[in-house]
Amino acid sequence: MQRLKLFLPLALFAILALLLFRGLELDPREMPSALIDKPLPEFSLPRLGSDSGIARVDVVGEVALFNVWATWCVSCRVEHPYLQQLAENGVPIYGVNYKDDDAAAIQWLQDLGDPYRANIVDAQGSLGLDLGVYGAPETYFVDASGVIRYRHVGVIDERVWQSRLEPIYRELTQEAQQ
Amino acid sequence: MKIAGFSQALLFVGCLLMAAVASAVIETYEFSSPELQQRYQLLSAELRCPKCQNQNIADSNAPIAQDLRKLLYEQLEAGASNDEILDYMVSRYGEFVRYRPAFDSSTAVLWLAPVLLFIAALVVLFLSLRQRKESGSAGQVELSGEEQQQLQQMLSRSEQDR
Repeated sequence: MQRLKLFLPLALFAILALLLFRGLELDPREMPSALIDKPLPEFSLPRLGSDSGIARVDVVGEVALFNVWATWCVSCRVEHPYLQQLAENGVPIYGVNYKDDDAAAIQWLQDLGDPYRANIVDAQGSLGLDLGVYGAPETYFVDASGVIRYRHVGVIDERVWQSRLEPIYRELTQEAQQ
Repeated sequence: MKIAGFSQALLFVGCLLMAAVASAVIETYEFSSPELQQRYQLLSAELRCPKCQNQNIADSNAPIAQDLRKLLYEQLEAGASNDEILDYMVSRYGEFVRYRPAFDSSTAVLWLAPVLLFIAALVVLFLSLRQRKESGSAGQVELSGEEQQQLQQMLSRSEQDR
């Protein structure tokens, strides 16, 4: 018994090391959205590059991605080409143009291409607030009944899409077909 | 000469302090009552900035913290209670947004850990003290006559070796 006690510090160290090792893989900035499994918030906002408005009823009904972006967001430029590719492959993406300047946003889409079905102008960040957005880019996965199912914080690139996001998207579309 | 050096140093320190003040100024809100202002300070210190996670929204200059401060101000002026405001924030940003999260199944460990660790420490302390006390009285073993002889032999041998 006395002998076993000698190993106590080693055991404690091992436990601590395990915990810290696990911590290495965790990203503290990645927190679960409070809106998972909650309906997409109601909104009625202007549509970018058009006089008509856009509301919640206009965008729900099928599985879609809601990508929060802005021209001041550097990472958004990084993920833009990949969004374009996703759109070409038939993934419906709506843009939430978050606290941005309309003219700059229209120019951006002209220069870099437009992967979005439509863009919701959220100049005041009110929709962003209701969604719990705390930075751009963020992408919300909304199912066919208009419920938020997943939130991705940060850039979507090929690696993230194939390893994590595509399975989620596929599951949602399969669910919608049933 | 010495005085000039001192006043220069003072000026320098003064400039540094002013710089600190200048960077600490964030937007100011005019409250309709001092009570609201007090609650604003209380709540903005308790709400955590979702973007810059080790700051409260009172300290942070991140755009999201500015938005949340504005929202807080508007809600206070609209007559919302503290609980209503916290619920509003939590429903959007999660329990994470509070520095003092509500007690539920996911935060139980967080809240109870200090108490449990303290009790565990007390138990360990108690046990080890008791053990020490027991070994204190029983630990002094009397040598038998034979052992005493052996000891003497060893001691005298080591004397001779010297």
